[in-house]
Amino acid sequence: MPSDPEEDYIPWIQQFCELFGHDYFVPVAQEFIEDDFNLTGLSSQVPYYREALYTILDYQVETAEDHNDDQTLLNGRSTSTNNTNNTTNNNSNSNSNNNNNNSSNKSAKAELPNKALLAHSAELLYGLIHARYIISKPGLTAMASKFERNEFGSCPRYFCDGMHLIPVGSTDIPGQETVRLYCPCCNDIYIPSSSRYLNIDGAFFGTTFSGLLVKMFPEIENQCRIRINKFNQNDFGLKLFGFKINELSASGPRMKWLKMHPKTEDEKEEYNNCEFSIPVQDIESEGIESEMDDEGDDIDDDDKTMASE
Amino acid sequence: MANEEYVTDSSSDFTEYWIDLFLGIKGNEYFCDIDDEYIRDRFNLTGLNQEVSKLPTLIDIITDLVDIESQPEEHRDALEHNARILYGLIHARYILTSRGLNKMFEKYRNGDFGYCPRVHCQLHPLLPIGLNDQPRLNSVKLYCAKCEDFFNPKSGRHSVIDGAYFGTSFPAMFFQNFPQVIPIHSKETYVPKVFGFKLHEYSKLNRWRELQRIKLEKRLTKNGVQISNVVGGFIMEAPEEQSTQEQDVQSQL
Repeated sequence: MPSDPEEDYIPWIQQFCELFGHDYFVPVAQEFIEDDFNLTGLSSQVPYYREALYTILDYQVETAEDHNDDQTLLNGRSTSTNNTNNTTNNNSNSNSNNNNNNSSNKSAKAELPNKALLAHSAELLYGLIHARYIISKPGLTAMASKFERNEFGSCPRYFCDGMHLIPVGSTDIPGQETVRLYCPCCNDIYIPSSSRYLNIDGAFFGTTFSGLLVKMFPEIENQCRIRINKFNQNDFGLKLFGFKINELSASGPRMKWLKMHPKTEDEKEEYNNCEFSIPVQDIESEGIESEMDDEGDDIDDDDKTMASE
Repeated sequence: MANEEYVTDSSSDFTEYWIDLFLGIKGNEYFCDIDDEYIRDRFNLTGLNQEVSKLPTLIDIITDLVDIESQPEEHRDALEHNARILYGLIHARYILTSRGLNKMFEKYRNGDFGYCPRVHCQLHPLLPIGLNDQPRLNSVKLYCAKCEDFFNPKSGRHSVIDGAYFGTSFPAMFFQNFPQVIPIHSKETYVPKVFGFKLHEYSKLNRWRELQRIKLEKRLTKNGVQISNVVGGFIMEAPEEQSTQEQDVQSQL
């Protein structure tokens, strides 16, 4: 599959990145993969690590099929290979009908993977390398320009005003969660709008990348600030014939806090008090004193000095 | 008799109602059908003659009393266009009535308006909402009751529909009418992490937001509002035990 020494030869990495639904990936630089230090620990996570690595780098890789082809002097299509596989199996003593086990008959070539397995390993390995690459300098730059071109889509939230999204994984362990999209403006994660991304592993982007990108390119945070200041808090929430719904009603606003930003002086001071922990005991005392009836007077006295305990 | 060429593939063998044709157009999935009686009751149309011209003709077209083909050819396009606007504006009023609400409830249950893209909302169904009640100002948005936020429709076909065809009051009315579908809100939030460490600024903001939520919870409980794992309340494992930023993704019920 990968090594085809003709003029229309496409490197494996490019091929992979051009696959349908793989447009979140950037091509990882060859030097990055060739540096063994960057691959530390991956060999235990990926089956047929060496072969997978060679596949990615477009080296010649021997697969179980190739080996059988040599033996039976057949080249090519998997159906015919499978048939011959079965016959060789039957001729030799083993009656196992699993094609994957074919190679185990030949003791010398015991560890050869079949093509499907190898392709899967190569994708897994590439994904894991990709997660590391995009937090390196060249990878970040490559992803940043993808971000700039809005290749990961825009935030579906109306108040984020089309903020560009960043792919993120909710875990660094492969095979657990698919890729999610992080919006730096509302600081929330979303499911990709197209179903083609729903089988992309989140670990191929990792948990670190989104935060690092935002911190490495302060321009992103500037864009967010502009968007946040564009809307005022009154735009949020449901209205019935122009009237807001009271928060004591079950259908009243209960999630305003989720997207709130400190705007008034009091709120900013309160925000600063949240530097290291939530000053809960402060509200306890405040709750007893102030008779709450509307939202106006519940953000009142924060001047009891309790800055950082 | 009904050979409406303006709709792509209508078989002209049998009569198609204007409303059915309208609802069949791609992109009109958000609309429900309006009873003829509601449209014919002029009281329900008060004020709409300011938005569209030739109101009586348009009503006749929508209710199939007049075939649009019988109109002078040069007016047909304009009439059809205005009939759709009128239908939208009547729709905004109709979905606030109890029959309309029930029809929209069916559509809500079927997920006709799509699902919330926010990960922590776990595909909660959305409702259409307008940001204005005047037409031609803003396109339709989608409201998620779980995170109480507005979203842009996913498909470009839906993002060109006028928000006034649903109105600003619809979701609020919907939840007044069907309090049983008010969701239990999730308290989960997301903090970006670098190498496992939370980014301080975002973490701090989240702590402040959590403080706002705790204040809200206190206000509510003080007024005797039950909020733990009830409709309109929050998902809680043990009440009053959420001062730390626990964000176990799996720990929802």
